[in-house]
Amino acid sequence: MEGTAVRGRLTWQTATVGAVIDETSKVRTLSLDVPDWGGHQAGQHLDIALTAEDGYRAERSYSIASAPGEPVAITVERLDDGEVSPYLTQDVQIGDEIEVRGPIGGYFIWDPPISGDGPLLLAAGGSGVVPLRAILRHRGLVGSSVPVHLLYSVRSQAEVIYRSELDHLNQEADGVKVIYTLTRQQPPGWTGYARRVDQQMMAEVAWPVASGPLAYVCGPTNFVEAVASDLVALGYPPLRVKTERFGATGTP
Amino acid sequence: MSPISRGFHRRHEEAEPAGRVPPGQYVTHDFPVLSAGPTPHTRLTDWTFSIEGGQSPVSWTWQEFQSLPTETVTVDIHCVTRWSKLDTSWKGVSLDMLLGAVSYTAPYVLAFCDGGYTTNLPVADLLGGKAWVAYSYDGSALPAEHGGPARLLVPHLYFWKSAKWVRGLRLRDTNAPGFWEMYGYHMYGDPWKEQRYAGD
Amino acid sequence: MDALEDGVLDGNAIGGMLIEVFGAEMTTAVGICGVCGTRGQVAEMPVYQARMGAVVRCRVCDNVLMVFVEVRGITCVDLSGLASLS
Repeated sequence: MEGTAVRGRLTWQTATVGAVIDETSKVRTLSLDVPDWGGHQAGQHLDIALTAEDGYRAERSYSIASAPGEPVAITVERLDDGEVSPYLTQDVQIGDEIEVRGPIGGYFIWDPPISGDGPLLLAAGGSGVVPLRAILRHRGLVGSSVPVHLLYSVRSQAEVIYRSELDHLNQEADGVKVIYTLTRQQPPGWTGYARRVDQQMMAEVAWPVASGPLAYVCGPTNFVEAVASDLVALGYPPLRVKTERFGATGTP
Repeated sequence: MSPISRGFHRRHEEAEPAGRVPPGQYVTHDFPVLSAGPTPHTRLTDWTFSIEGGQSPVSWTWQEFQSLPTETVTVDIHCVTRWSKLDTSWKGVSLDMLLGAVSYTAPYVLAFCDGGYTTNLPVADLLGGKAWVAYSYDGSALPAEHGGPARLLVPHLYFWKSAKWVRGLRLRDTNAPGFWEMYGYHMYGDPWKEQRYAGD
Repeated sequence: MDALEDGVLDGNAIGGMLIEVFGAEMTTAVGICGVCGTRGQVAEMPVYQARMGAVVRCRVCDNVLMVFVEVRGITCVDLSGLASLS
């Protein structure tokens, strides 16, 4: 992507936790006050650093959950054996300071003037929904009418992040359709998908190739590999399928 | 000056130096999988272990290897990424046995592996009951993610020297750096002297 | 070309480090494998984070394209597996 500006070298700056929203029992969104934040694009991430009193320092990367123009927010999933995520999802309080640097990433970005107006296929595996939610919020804020399908693969309804926001998008019928696949546990009466993504599901959910779609796939590597190869098998040009693989640690 | 994040602390406390755990390490009960490349899946019918660079090359097929005398050992292992795992149980063939089948004068080896990984060691560190080619961990066949079908096991050095998916040794007159050694890790790797990087 | 194993990341994951080392956003840079000639964006390259260092490999032939190791606070980089990076 030409001309992706990097404002000087990437430097660490001090951010203050401004607000805390518990999305699920294990997932929390932190809204950050970053005095010298230079803005970001939908899909980018930032790095955070925590320093302990003994000088021990830990760094992690998190996708930005908010749209350009909104306060910077990250959504963190608590990993039971994690070092940073338990702190961010349980211990951190409003007013606490952490270091951030960013925004980072020129590839996994949706920006209508550059990305064009092809219909969007967003595919999220678990916490991979975070940067895709930033894309959806950006779409709403700029008044884009690009049609969107978000396929969201998650183990159960209780683990859906941003559930009320996504259900609201479904009800608004403003060109966004959220399709869940609940892979381990489904509520009584569930008539939606109840299995891991496969070629058949992708064929039903993906925009036809002739409509010039653009796909963003984010989540654990197994998920991304399966979805990306299914889309290419359906005829999506590889250059129109953008991928971001999260590791087991939740870092992008 | 970085701001202190109130209440944040490291997850793993460094172990008390009690003789068993080298400096800068913490004890884990997990067995982390760290790989520099994709997991190879070599069929046992294709697998061989060879020693090259001696008077004449020597090679064992999987079946021949399985019929060699084995040892079961319990050792502590120390990874340069700071985790140590105590009392790990392995079964394998001792390097004393394997090198004993070769006539050689070279002082160094380069271990080579499926997937292209290499690591260098002095021959002296493979002898005297200090090293094995292990194919069983904790009573079961060594899983592929941990180096199966067989890996080098040299517990007195940092664990990157215990090369996964090992296929043989190349005896050498000079100490040529292997994979991680080429990128800045220590040529020898003694955890008790914290020899993590070149120059340590 | 096999699917990447779970836990293997991609060039997106080292975006911050790439900016530190190269002084510029690099995830959209195109690298050419010195062994098989495959062209690909850094964001899509498999990254094996062995915690010992980031090993960036060719998606097609597994050739090591780039290795980043932090030694005493300085990130050392080896690019010798690439034919080019632009």
